[in-house]
Amino acid sequence: MFRDFIRKTRLPSGVDGDLRIIEVKDLGFKYAGTDFYAIKEVNLEINEGEFVILAGKSGCGKTTLLRCLNGLIPHFYEGEFEGRVLIDGVDTRDCPPYILSQKAGMVFQNPDNQLFALSVEADIAFPLENLGLPREEIRDRVEWALKLLKIEELRSRSPFELSAGQKQKVAIASVLAMRPKILLLDEPTSSLDPISAKNLIDAIIELNRKHRLTILISEHRLTHLIPHADKLAIMDKGKILYFDEPRKVLKEDVLMYGVSIPRVVEVVREMRKIGGCLPFREVPLSVDEFIRDLRGVLR
Amino acid sequence: MIRFESVEYIYPNGVKALDGIDLEIGDGEIVTIMGENGAGKTTLIKHLNGLLKPVKGKVLIDGIDTRKVTVASLSKKVGIVFQNPDDMFFSENIWEEIAFALRNFGYDEEVVKRRVENAINFMDLASYVDKSPFTLSGGEKKRLALAIVLAWSPDIIALDEPTIGQDILQKEKLLQVIKLLNSQGKTIIISSHDVEFIADLKPRIILMKRGKVIADGNAEEIFLNEELLKSCNLLPPQLITLSRELEFIGVRPRLYSPRELAAEIMTRLQR
Ligand SMILES: Nc1ncnc2c1ncn2[C@@H]1O[C@H](COP(=O)(O)OP(=O)(O)OP(=O)(O)O)[C@@H](O)[C@H]1O
Ligand SMILES: Nc1ncnc2c1ncn2[C@@H]1O[C@H](COP(=O)(O)OP(=O)(O)OP(=O)(O)O)[C@@H](O)[C@H]1O
Ligand SMILES: [Mg+2]
Ligand SMILES: [Mg+2]
Repeated sequence: MFRDFIRKTRLPSGVDGDLRIIEVKDLGFKYAGTDFYAIKEVNLEINEGEFVILAGKSGCGKTTLLRCLNGLIPHFYEGEFEGRVLIDGVDTRDCPPYILSQKAGMVFQNPDNQLFALSVEADIAFPLENLGLPREEIRDRVEWALKLLKIEELRSRSPFELSAGQKQKVAIASVLAMRPKILLLDEPTSSLDPISAKNLIDAIIELNRKHRLTILISEHRLTHLIPHADKLAIMDKGKILYFDEPRKVLKEDVLMYGVSIPRVVEVVREMRKIGGCLPFREVPLSVDEFIRDLRGVLR
Repeated sequence: MIRFESVEYIYPNGVKALDGIDLEIGDGEIVTIMGENGAGKTTLIKHLNGLLKPVKGKVLIDGIDTRKVTVASLSKKVGIVFQNPDDMFFSENIWEEIAFALRNFGYDEEVVKRRVENAINFMDLASYVDKSPFTLSGGEKKRLALAIVLAWSPDIIALDEPTIGQDILQKEKLLQVIKLLNSQGKTIIISSHDVEFIADLKPRIILMKRGKVIADGNAEEIFLNEELLKSCNLLPPQLITLSRELEFIGVRPRLYSPRELAAEIMTRLQR
């Protein structure tokens, strides 16, 4: 279904020849009525098809950065804006948010801000109708999204009469159905039960791998995400401190930036403290990697 | 003490969210309710202060039937921090938001001031006191909701998904807060999907599914029961999975802390 997901567009190329789909330069933003920059001196380059995690303490500026990427800042939030943001080659200041939201679809931290229609189905279909898509196509996409999130049985329910996790699933489904090239997810699994969260992560990884969907996801619980991410960005006090492959970033002492490392990584650190020869060449990021390395030496 | 006797709850749209709940929670217990999305956890929590009343059966808080009293009178006994705190804010700034309930309970201004300041410091909100609750980040809102309930300090505290939006440092602090409140004799009821957080807390766990309680036991016993967890859309904490995979070097599956498991592995490897 995601076949023509990515339209061919001309983009500025990165050095490596990959298409640079997000480019942030010296970005800063101060909300009106506050006396500090919620984000500042942010520089970020993300290529098409990259899967990036955004982590950092509560209040460090994750949501604010995402708002800058989908145009809510500066179009809806008032404040002082510095620097520039290019999405798919377009400066966000010159592009109305409804156009930007087709390129960079965002799932909000609080799904209540995103739901409005009389039924779950209508909530997913409405933005598609606005795009002027044919009826057939809309129906297919709605079915696809309901199935992906396993919420078919909620289709006729009012989105306001759902549990918190169910609401979050509906909000995600309606953004996925839009098939943006860039997916911005603000703590999308915060209210999901663990298996639903894992299903969602598996589904977006597949979209990323198969359809080169670019993904930027802000999360506090990284255990299931980290093994799949291309890059991990760590923010603190509005700045990006690290932006690199997760394994490299996790070598640093990231705990002080509020980043939770997977428990297997904690175990390896504790093993190091005990001392002696460890069976790992690189830090294992998952149970599978841990067991694989251990079996490797014991063989 | 909290007692649910054959409690049923049906929402106006016909969804039966609680289906024959029998439950007893003693004074000073820490209990976690876990279960898949839509299992009925939030609905159950809203029965604790009479916000929702059973359609059948009854809920007794220290012997008081919640159908016979107002939410306001129960609120002195039972404080709830909601899953989505946006719904509970209405004041101009954080200070006023925390003070509101205290003033309503009739505390004099001296006490209000002391309690508000303690709660603000406790939850790391000091740099935001003049801000409007609506301009806080997601995690900050959740901490404000906690601060409000901490300040009024009821005997029973229910936290609906308290770790949402919290970074690891805040979670560690939350763990300390929960233990501290409990050591003061308070009863704590938590609904949570955060298995790693619950693995650290090691409380009594109640599993819910489709409006029913399907299991009730200690954390290790529940987390080791893979089939049961799966049937509730839950996954075990990562170190349970790891310890299970390590049986080939002689490790026994258990709810280890990272340090305990590391020591166990090193001992086994040295043999
Ligand atoms: N609408 C707003 N008006 C004023 N200040 C705001 C607004 N939204 C956020 N802030 C402030 O900007 C800072 C960054 O907030 P942001 O929401 O980006 O953090 P975050 O990293 O997403 O945090 P969390 O993990 O808690 O969601 C915080 O100090 C917050 O209080
Ligand atoms: N306001 C409402 N009106 C009608 N039905 C509702 C309402 N709130 C929840 N429900 C339904 O009641 C059932 C239980 O919902 P509840 O919010 O108690 O679940 P939960 O276990 O807290 O789920 P979550 O993990 O997603 O927070 C669900 O089927 C849900 O769709
Ligand atoms: Mg946020
Ligand atoms: Mg709930």
